[in-house]
Amino acid sequence: MPTVGVKRDLLFKALGRTYTDEEFDELCFEFGLELDEITSEKEIISREQGDSKASGASDTILYKIDVPANRYDLLCLEGLVRGLQVFKNTLEAPRYRRVSPSSGEPQKLVITKETAAVRPHAVAAVLRNITFTQERYDSFIELQEKLHQNICRLRSLVAIGTHDLDTISGPFTYTAKPPGDISFKPLNQTKEYTATQLMSLYKTDSHLRHYLHIIEDKPVYPVIYDSNGIVLSMPPIINGDHSKITLKTKNVFIECTATDVTKAKIVLDMMVTMFSEYCSQPFTVEEAEVVYPDGKTYKYPELAYRKEKLSSEFINRKVGINESTEKIAQLLTRMCLLSQATGVGDEIEVEIPPTRSDIIHACDIMEDAAMAYGFNNIPRTTPRTYTVANQQFVPSLFLGHSCPLRQIVAHLSSLTTLCHHQVARTTLLPGLLKTIAANRKMPLPLKLFEISDVVLKDETKDVGARNSRRFCAVYYNKSPGFEVIHGLLDRTMQLLEVKSVRGDGYHIQAADDSTFFPGRCAEIFVRGKSVGRLGVLHPDVINRFELTMPCSALEMDIEPFL
Amino acid sequence: MADTGVVETLLRLIEKVDDGVDSLEVAASLGVDHQVIVGAVKSLQALGDIISAELRSSKHWELTEEGTEIAEQGSHEARVFSSIPLEGLAQSELMKLSFGKIGFSKAMSNKWIRVDKSHEGGPRIFKTVESIDDQVREKLLLVKKANTAQLEEKEKNELKKRKLLSEVTVKSYWISKGISFSTTITKQETELTPEMVANGSWKEKKFKPYNFEAMGVAPDCGHLHPLMKVRTQFRQIFLEMGFTEMPTNNFIESSFWNFDSLFQPQQHPARDQHDTFFLSDPALAHEFPQDYLERVKKVHSEGGFGSQGYKYDWKIEEAQKNILRTHTTAVSARMLYKLAQQKFTPVKYFSIDRVFRNETLDATHLAEFHQIEGVVADYGLTLGDLMGILHQFFTKLGITKLRFKPAYNPYTEPSMEVFSYHEGLKKWVEVGNSGVFRPEMLLPMGLPEDVSVIAWGLSLERPTMIKYGINNIRELVGHKVNLQMVYDSPICRLDPNTA
Repeated sequence: MPTVGVKRDLLFKALGRTYTDEEFDELCFEFGLELDEITSEKEIISREQGDSKASGASDTILYKIDVPANRYDLLCLEGLVRGLQVFKNTLEAPRYRRVSPSSGEPQKLVITKETAAVRPHAVAAVLRNITFTQERYDSFIELQEKLHQNICRLRSLVAIGTHDLDTISGPFTYTAKPPGDISFKPLNQTKEYTATQLMSLYKTDSHLRHYLHIIEDKPVYPVIYDSNGIVLSMPPIINGDHSKITLKTKNVFIECTATDVTKAKIVLDMMVTMFSEYCSQPFTVEEAEVVYPDGKTYKYPELAYRKEKLSSEFINRKVGINESTEKIAQLLTRMCLLSQATGVGDEIEVEIPPTRSDIIHACDIMEDAAMAYGFNNIPRTTPRTYTVANQQFVPSLFLGHSCPLRQIVAHLSSLTTLCHHQVARTTLLPGLLKTIAANRKMPLPLKLFEISDVVLKDETKDVGARNSRRFCAVYYNKSPGFEVIHGLLDRTMQLLEVKSVRGDGYHIQAADDSTFFPGRCAEIFVRGKSVGRLGVLHPDVINRFELTMPCSALEMDIEPFL
Repeated sequence: MADTGVVETLLRLIEKVDDGVDSLEVAASLGVDHQVIVGAVKSLQALGDIISAELRSSKHWELTEEGTEIAEQGSHEARVFSSIPLEGLAQSELMKLSFGKIGFSKAMSNKWIRVDKSHEGGPRIFKTVESIDDQVREKLLLVKKANTAQLEEKEKNELKKRKLLSEVTVKSYWISKGISFSTTITKQETELTPEMVANGSWKEKKFKPYNFEAMGVAPDCGHLHPLMKVRTQFRQIFLEMGFTEMPTNNFIESSFWNFDSLFQPQQHPARDQHDTFFLSDPALAHEFPQDYLERVKKVHSEGGFGSQGYKYDWKIEEAQKNILRTHTTAVSARMLYKLAQQKFTPVKYFSIDRVFRNETLDATHLAEFHQIEGVVADYGLTLGDLMGILHQFFTKLGITKLRFKPAYNPYTEPSMEVFSYHEGLKKWVEVGNSGVFRPEMLLPMGLPEDVSVIAWGLSLERPTMIKYGINNIRELVGHKVNLQMVYDSPICRLDPNTA
């Protein structure tokens, strides 16, 4: 769940009123947000780097707010405020409009066919006559970062580049070149580097090194030039220094390059809907043209408003409420989904704005109606579903041994981290022995058992593996106690109604197994089939688990009894 | 039983005195070790109120071994003095004596002796006074005769510093007559025997009272792990509510059933190696219901069933990847698919089993935990029904104050986090997650359009840790489990009257 940090006073100013922490927490709860933390820059620095570093930092109160992972429209102060104000009925959701430039000639971004090998898609737009302040600028940068972290999947799906349009001149070319052929002065550097040099320069950059792998192994790297050959950016790694945005920037050219064009369109829509608020014509965005190698031309941003029709009966039935069509339309409007009763029966027409890419089905609209109604105002009812309960068989063996319950995967870690073992366990015994080793201070004898699943390869299963339920017990004392473990087997079989006879019942017979002491191991047969072993552990095994006493053990498959 | 002779002598001594006797004095007068008297007192106390004994402690001074030697033979310096003849003694000779070294320096500082360093044949020692007064010895003799009162604190401490005296604490009993004092005692029986039962002799016997303060003998029994106890309770609750247990014996699952069938897009962060354990062997699942797989692919990449879809290039290669299941909802998906292949009947399912996440390990997180999950499928279920059933479920756990927060989950819509009011912390805490499965998940399976499926989940570990007051999950799960905790943990009852 992404967390957005906003300055409390700025937030309240934008909301047009102040709240106590509790009141704001409550508002968040209703709206599906979570006021995760109340802190300050100073507190954060002092926590992460120590008090000495924090002395000069600001102690302005920050709210850290958790936002649902699919609500990209709430990832910055601007979006949060708009969402909450509409929810509280203090603002009508703005309409976002794409407009043609006054000159009549839109900015053009031409994609060449070389990009197909690495990052084939791009979208673009212009924010005209925007006014930045320090706060707006910070928020603008922060939103890009949040989008990169979330919907853009760490820039692998989409990367955003923003440029001062007055420093460059179109048409722009989005192409891909061998890294040695790309050379430019990257953002915040003082000299030019080739792309090859940049990749090694950023190897140690705590922020950028995470993105290098996206293009590192490709024969060509993506790059955007203006008509004079100035590099705008080398996506998804870095922008050029030449076109960087400053507080004085008036006109912003936004490009998003992508491997997933659907997400690129969403990201562009988010950037422009959030910040067109600060344009001289608020909520208008100047279109840009993107020309694909096949000559097809698209106009962006899409800023598409989609209309859906559904019945109020559907919403009432799914939520479990009974509200009029008009009331439900009002509820939806409060969620930035402008809605009205069409007058045809109980039909409601719902308009989904470009900011709500999370609405992909009628059930999403239904949820918004329920949220606006207030989840906790919905009457709690009992379903009349009639069913008869059944349970899986759980063998209740309770035989004077204790069950420590252990992990299935003790040292399993991911492929990406430094990993050691990557095995799901295939036997229970080592875990029980480790448990004894960790509990050597306990009085003897130690008698432990575990009934649990191990994982075995099995070609007949769709996934190629299956669980198998095992029963394992150990007896650890000054004498090996084979008779104790043997007695446990006898008792277990008695409880499972298996008689001690060859053939139809169970029996044990001498076996060789390097885990056990020679001559002290037997194989367990149930109805003629081998199901496991018991015996006195080999001293080498005992030593390897850093144990010092004799130990006898039993491990058997109990699948036949389930 | 202590020596009967001593016991009787003691009783006669007490009989003679009006107030009482001190056990130390008794020991001294009888010429026995003090411990023998203490033993007699203890055994008399066990018989009831024959005597009353009050524990006293007193401090007194005692000579150390060295102090005793000095009291007998004189201080080192005095012995040095007396060993020097009139014609003097070679210093080397003096130093050969056991007390030579210490005695020499003390005698020098007392100015009892002098050294003639220029004497031919080496330094020689002569007396400087005719007679001396060995005060150290006299003081020690006073202590020996228990006349310590005549010594000043300062003097005592000085002698203590020289390690000649030590202060010891002596515990003794002040013994006096008890309520049922008697000089004759009858032997008490410890236990009823078969013979006494048979011949009735128990009627004549007196029995030693039991010590009800002592603990009993621990029974030889097994102990279930707390997680298993709590799990049993949750199973019980589900069964009481008419839920059927799902078979969850498949830790290894394909990404298809774990994610794709749940309408979780292939670029979702949960499908990252940072969050999920992927298998290298067997790496891929090889069998899927083909027509269902096509419908899943379509709903992801193009939409359908009333959905816009995610509009991306869905790949079978991603769906095939085997993982350790990240939730038991994968099992629910298989069960609901199976259900959809028959004529629909309403169901209530539950499961409690292990799931695996590639988490950063800490005091509250392991790479695996148990997920508790409940699922209800029926015609026309509402969000209100989900809240109602959650209310009933949590009421059985003793949690009655619930509220719901809108949340996001890729496969449920609406999604709700369940919060309960914690009386101790005086705040709302999250206790579970819930939601209504998305049509994009259910309709491709083939379930009827008007069937809704509501579900919820929580972890088994967290309520267990709270119930049993365990702060570190490693003490609860894994081979470092604390067996003493397993031995000591009480039974688990989650019902409202005991919570």
